[in-house]
Amino acid sequence: MNLWGTFRIALRALSRNKLRSSLTMLGIIIGVGAVIAMVGIGQGASASIQAQISNLGNNMLIVFAGSSNTGGTRGGFGSGTTLLPEDITAIEQECSAVKAASPVVRANGQLVFGNQNWVASSGIQGTNEKFPEIRAWPMAAGEFFSEADVRNATRVCVIGKTVADNLFAGSDPVGQTLRVRNLPFRVLGVLSVKGQNQFGQDQDDTVLVPYTTAQKKMLNITHVQAAMVSAISAAATFTAEKQITDLLRQRHKLSGNQENDFTVRNLTDVAEAADQSSKIMTNLLASIAGVSLLVGGIGIMNIMLVSVTERTREIGIRMAIGARSGVIRRQFLIESITLSVVGGIFGVLVGVGASIIISKTLNWPTLISPVSIIASVVFSVLVGVGFGYYPARKAAALDPIEALRYE
Amino acid sequence: METQVTAQIHQATDALHTTSLISLVHIHKTYMMGDVEIHALRGISLNIQRGEFVAIMGTSGSGKSTTMNILGCLDKPTRGHYYLDGEDVSKLSRDELADIRNRKIGFVFQGFNLLSRTTALENVELPMLYLGLKPAERLKRATEALEIVGLSDRMHNMPNQLSGGQQQRVAIARSLVNHPAIILADEPTGNLDSRTSIEVMDVFQRLNEERGITIALVTHEHDIAQYTRRMVVFKDGKIRKDEPVGETRSAREELKNMPLIADEDDEEDDE
Repeated sequence: MNLWGTFRIALRALSRNKLRSSLTMLGIIIGVGAVIAMVGIGQGASASIQAQISNLGNNMLIVFAGSSNTGGTRGGFGSGTTLLPEDITAIEQECSAVKAASPVVRANGQLVFGNQNWVASSGIQGTNEKFPEIRAWPMAAGEFFSEADVRNATRVCVIGKTVADNLFAGSDPVGQTLRVRNLPFRVLGVLSVKGQNQFGQDQDDTVLVPYTTAQKKMLNITHVQAAMVSAISAAATFTAEKQITDLLRQRHKLSGNQENDFTVRNLTDVAEAADQSSKIMTNLLASIAGVSLLVGGIGIMNIMLVSVTERTREIGIRMAIGARSGVIRRQFLIESITLSVVGGIFGVLVGVGASIIISKTLNWPTLISPVSIIASVVFSVLVGVGFGYYPARKAAALDPIEALRYE
Repeated sequence: METQVTAQIHQATDALHTTSLISLVHIHKTYMMGDVEIHALRGISLNIQRGEFVAIMGTSGSGKSTTMNILGCLDKPTRGHYYLDGEDVSKLSRDELADIRNRKIGFVFQGFNLLSRTTALENVELPMLYLGLKPAERLKRATEALEIVGLSDRMHNMPNQLSGGQQQRVAIARSLVNHPAIILADEPTGNLDSRTSIEVMDVFQRLNEERGITIALVTHEHDIAQYTRRMVVFKDGKIRKDEPVGETRSAREELKNMPLIADEDDEEDDE
């Protein structure tokens, strides 16, 4: 008796009781569907957090200047004047965990080109030539300003896509002259699209100028408000944080009990934590769904056991007319595997469908990975074998005489 | 001395079982019922030749069912030898016995024992499925067997759409398809009314007479045994009587003289 023959027998036996077969499969369908949908939701969340992390920049930290304190009125982060460009240079040169650093000087003001004017929502930012590297933000057209531009405080700028769209309306901004706070700036390039940050702010609505230019020609200051720092790796952000803190305390001559006049924020840290928690969430959802798959498997075993008892006479007949025990065992095993595999396949469809519906109606990002599909189908086969083996063995061990006599 | 006698008996029986289709030699069967040992068979010897039609009779507990189970290779004797078609099958393994049942024995049961929700044709095909025959061959043989029992027009009916007599005829067709050495019928008319019983006996008689098929039939009804040609009567685990049936009744003749009950076959008189 070959396997195909046994398979045919098993299929016929299943099709003889369609309602029961489909109800049994329902357990597996729900189990597999739940696993796929849950993992889809979890991985979707994880992927969107990953996207936000890479959006932030390369293992980025931000150093804010401390708050100013004028007669008891405190000005908030960045209002202090103690953070100097030399501090930033020192951070880059002396902290081993730091790859690059750039000062940040912020200004606001109107942009004018021809008869168009615009106020960038993300403001005018003064940085140095390391900005594209630190923020992992490549150019779409033209080029970024150079170290020489920073050194010489030249009036050049790089604009975000939103600014380009609003002021230049289709024409090429590169090489044009833009008036920033009523000063002429030559546009060197346009940044690629970055999109919103996690707070919904349009990061493309910005103008970048050398920080020296912003200091001297716009704000008339010598300090900087903040610094963007890129650590050598995600893991190194913690070391970098410590090194920067130590260095700045030393440079600012703060003694043991004096408070920091600056703040270091580890952005990667926050994002990594969010990513971690979403991964934990994924695992949690998957294991809850896994439990339902297990329950589906137990359902199969239950039904198969009932089925063996109920079909004792049938087993007796089959044995009497010459079915070997092995053939009987295989028949019942194939029946349970068929239930679980067919259930698994429908489960995949249900899971994928549910993911699509969830992402459409709830607007949650879902990501269906082939791994979760393969894993749940493989798992449902294992469920079929695992939970079908005992009933199948029980069927094969029946004594034909007893089985024939069974009422 | 005793061993010499035993050896002589063995020689004699050896000579017999080479010619007999079935040869039971000193079969004992004991069961343990809790702590009590029950002797179901106490040294049975029986030979059945090719082409015989034997009735095995006896009250319940006489050992006839145990004998039937051993003959059908569903059970093994505790002691003694069983030669079927020249082969000693009394010591075979479970799987080997399954193969013997498949190839050499056709079963017909009191309760028909057809697979429910399975057409007559598929029921008849079942033994050939386990023999591993090709679909075309299965279909050909099953169709033939159903023709022999007169059910060509009911091939695609489910058992619950057939009368008791028809179901038993499907079971007979199923017992035929692997061309067995012997058909064992265990109270085949026990669930049937008298006319249907005679119809079933007619099928058996024709198989025996026209095709030379060997049949052993267990019954406790003396009437039914009268349609066979040899009667073996069991009592207390031994053969009490083994004699030819004096005047075998012909089911065909009796059916001719019976008043026909209209469309009896179409009634669903069972289940």
